[in-house]
Amino acid sequence: MNTLSQNTMQDPASSTDEPQWLADRREAGLAQFKALPAPAPNDELWRFASVGRLNIDGFAPVEAPSEEIAAALLARSNLVTDYAGRSVYVDDHAVGFEGLSEELHSQGVRYCSLREAIEQHPELMERYFLQESTELGSAKFFGLHAASACAGSVLFIPAGVEIEKPFVNYYWTSASKAAVFPHTLIIAEANAKASVVDIFFSESTENQALNIAVANLHAAAGAQVFRKVVQDWNEQTTSFQLDTTVAGRDAQIKNLAVNIGAERARYENQTRIEGPGADVKMYSLTVAEETQEFDQRTFQTHNAPNAVSDLLYKNALLDNSRSIFSGLIKVAEGAQQTDAYQTNRNLLLDPTAEANALPGLEILANDVKCSHGATTGNLDPDELFYMMQRGIPRRAAMQLMVFGFFEEVIEKVDSEELAENLRQLIHKKFDAKIK
Amino acid sequence: MSNTEVHDDAINVDTEKGNFSYPEDYAYDAGVGLNEDTIRYISDVKKEADWVREFRLRALEIFNKKAMPTNWATKDLENIHFDKIRYYLSKGQQPSRTWDEVPDDVKETFERLGIPEQERKFLAGVEAQFDSEAAYSRMKEDLEKEGVIFVGSSEGLEKYPEIFKPYFGKVIPSTDNKFAALNSATFSGGSFIYVPKGVKLKQPLQAYFRINAENFGQFERTLIIADEDSEITYMEGCTAPKFETATLHSAVVELVALKNAKIQYITVQNWSSNVFNLVTKRGMADEGAEVKWIDCNIGSRLTMKYPGVVLKGRGARGEVLSIALANNGQHQDTGAKMIHLADDTTSNIISKSISIGEGRSTYRGQVHMPKHLKNCKNNTECDALLINTHSRTDTYPAITTRGQNNTVQHEASVSKVSAEQIFYMMQRGLSEGEAMSLAVNGFVNELLKAFPMEYSVELKRLIDMEMEGSVG
Repeated sequence: MNTLSQNTMQDPASSTDEPQWLADRREAGLAQFKALPAPAPNDELWRFASVGRLNIDGFAPVEAPSEEIAAALLARSNLVTDYAGRSVYVDDHAVGFEGLSEELHSQGVRYCSLREAIEQHPELMERYFLQESTELGSAKFFGLHAASACAGSVLFIPAGVEIEKPFVNYYWTSASKAAVFPHTLIIAEANAKASVVDIFFSESTENQALNIAVANLHAAAGAQVFRKVVQDWNEQTTSFQLDTTVAGRDAQIKNLAVNIGAERARYENQTRIEGPGADVKMYSLTVAEETQEFDQRTFQTHNAPNAVSDLLYKNALLDNSRSIFSGLIKVAEGAQQTDAYQTNRNLLLDPTAEANALPGLEILANDVKCSHGATTGNLDPDELFYMMQRGIPRRAAMQLMVFGFFEEVIEKVDSEELAENLRQLIHKKFDAKIK
Repeated sequence: MSNTEVHDDAINVDTEKGNFSYPEDYAYDAGVGLNEDTIRYISDVKKEADWVREFRLRALEIFNKKAMPTNWATKDLENIHFDKIRYYLSKGQQPSRTWDEVPDDVKETFERLGIPEQERKFLAGVEAQFDSEAAYSRMKEDLEKEGVIFVGSSEGLEKYPEIFKPYFGKVIPSTDNKFAALNSATFSGGSFIYVPKGVKLKQPLQAYFRINAENFGQFERTLIIADEDSEITYMEGCTAPKFETATLHSAVVELVALKNAKIQYITVQNWSSNVFNLVTKRGMADEGAEVKWIDCNIGSRLTMKYPGVVLKGRGARGEVLSIALANNGQHQDTGAKMIHLADDTTSNIISKSISIGEGRSTYRGQVHMPKHLKNCKNNTECDALLINTHSRTDTYPAITTRGQNNTVQHEASVSKVSAEQIFYMMQRGLSEGEAMSLAVNGFVNELLKAFPMEYSVELKRLIDMEMEGSVG
């Protein structure tokens, strides 16, 4: 295990004009980062992960990009063209921010950068910012994020306001050996409705980067939020995404992630149901090639009765890639009439690819419906034969079948434009691979 | 787990019949605690060969070095005080060959449990273990004529080293886990069985284990070798009287199924509710061979047991069928392991658990298919039934898959007995308790059909007794 360098990361964010509560949280985060041990092979929360490949040495926050790079990346931030707001960050520096329409602003909606939010909405930020660490193994890295996070977007939707168009946040890396700490914070008050897309891209296929991203979503009673994550880092990137969703009474939440990039990506996704009647869906689609490792840990906690959570994680694996899906459903005592489901499907497209599944349940209430299913297999030879016998060439038939596998997740995307762009991203990575 | 002192009454129902003990007058007693002298004492009493003594001492070293697996297992393990346990007790008896030779008080124990003489009619041989040593062992003579060896562990290693030594400690090395190391250091009793080529045993062999002395740890060791094309079914049962302090049972069971052999191993575990039951069981299946574990856990305070099959030869099959019932104060932490090491191997795991009162049942599983393999299949189903509001169940499988045309499917579900079902049956005149029993029996019925008749009848009865008082 490479030792995590304790000194390269210090103090990029905590400028002296930050309020005391934030300075305290940053200090606590740094202490947590320093105090917690690095992940070890016998750590249950890192089971099957190749912790030896985890190297965050030598990465550090970097200066703002040149104007040419900023302009070029701004122009390339076009996965979604019709939006309610858009922010673009390069190496944790804001290079473009298109805020709200007058109308939304007058309704009390706020969409701003972290720095602005800390200055202008200190009470809101004190209540929600950096308050959700992770129980899934990366608390050390959450600590580093808390000490360092200075770029990201905050969205606040007041009670009853419904916004159809999405808010789109682009997080780019560009400089060599850059460490970035993107942070997305979404606060939806009662019966508010919104959707957010977080997009993680690299400028080129070469720039090495370390990403430790955190997203927190707080949905109050009856709120409806759809958050999508598109992760297409280059394969020189080590990535952590530590997301937490808190769902109140009757909240309806969808989280959807498409994971394509990074050399090594760890995705921790916690969902905590605190109000009865909440309905949370979690979808993920991952396409892995070469030596990529996708390490997914999920946690569905039901602390309130009558709620539903449903998870579907699909992984398609090529070459020597690896995936780990470790999911846990925890139904607390008293959370009766819970419906909690978890499905993991792994498609092995090469004999050297490896899928690990750790689907777990911890049930402390008796009147529940809970299930999990995990399957791993290859393309069905009978289906392939059927298509070939109908005159479809083998390669095309395989592509069709693989895209059929993906489509179950992609079709959940509510914007046809984004869905099509996601298909293109996958095609770009995938088509050449099927021989 | 802090629920050791909570409502014991529900558990007493079925352990009562085994809840009696006899005056202890042991000729050999290794004393309390574990160190090299304890091991030497056991070895001396057994007059063991040097290699066995070395094997024990090495295992003790491993045991002392290994940490408790509390990084993933329950913290209740910390309540085992290894220095307060007695590791070897014996009346100095050699296994008796006829019923008359069995000491009277031991005989009385078996009589009360209803196991012995009458069952000789259909059981091919009985090996009953009382504390550390096998007390009674009888085999039908025709089996002996066919060359079947059915002896205790000490006798097996002493008389037939050429048969047993090559496989002893090979399927489960002492380094496998802390409790396998403990057993390797202190083992005593258990069954060593060899079934020669082509011999197919029509009747099951049976063993019965019982802990009689307080603070005693039982560490039996079983090794079954089924030579090419042979078949054997083996059944074991276990009970212990209730003592004030916790007792430890830590067995190691190794099965070796050579080419095209079949081994079926059946366990009904009904230890009293303060026994720590930490058992390592693993079978090795050669080409075309089949190893099947049928495992029922009803008693004990904490059971940790994950029968496994190493599918070593092409076309080997492995199967684990298990039923666990966790009542108040009990934690049944059971599961299965399937390690695929050859092409065309298949494995099947079906696990059903029932949690009653504050009982907790846990399923842990491991399925492993490395990359050079082709055409392997695994199917895993685990279903949990929760009876009361505070019942608990957990499922923690781990599945690794690579290779060509390998498929793995895992499904788990958690459910309760629906109010409608109970209402329907009560409205037909059944009491609530009877209705619940019926529903639970329905839940496990499919699996019970796979069991030998006498076991499925006994299990049904045990489940009925456990269900008493769980509703209303």
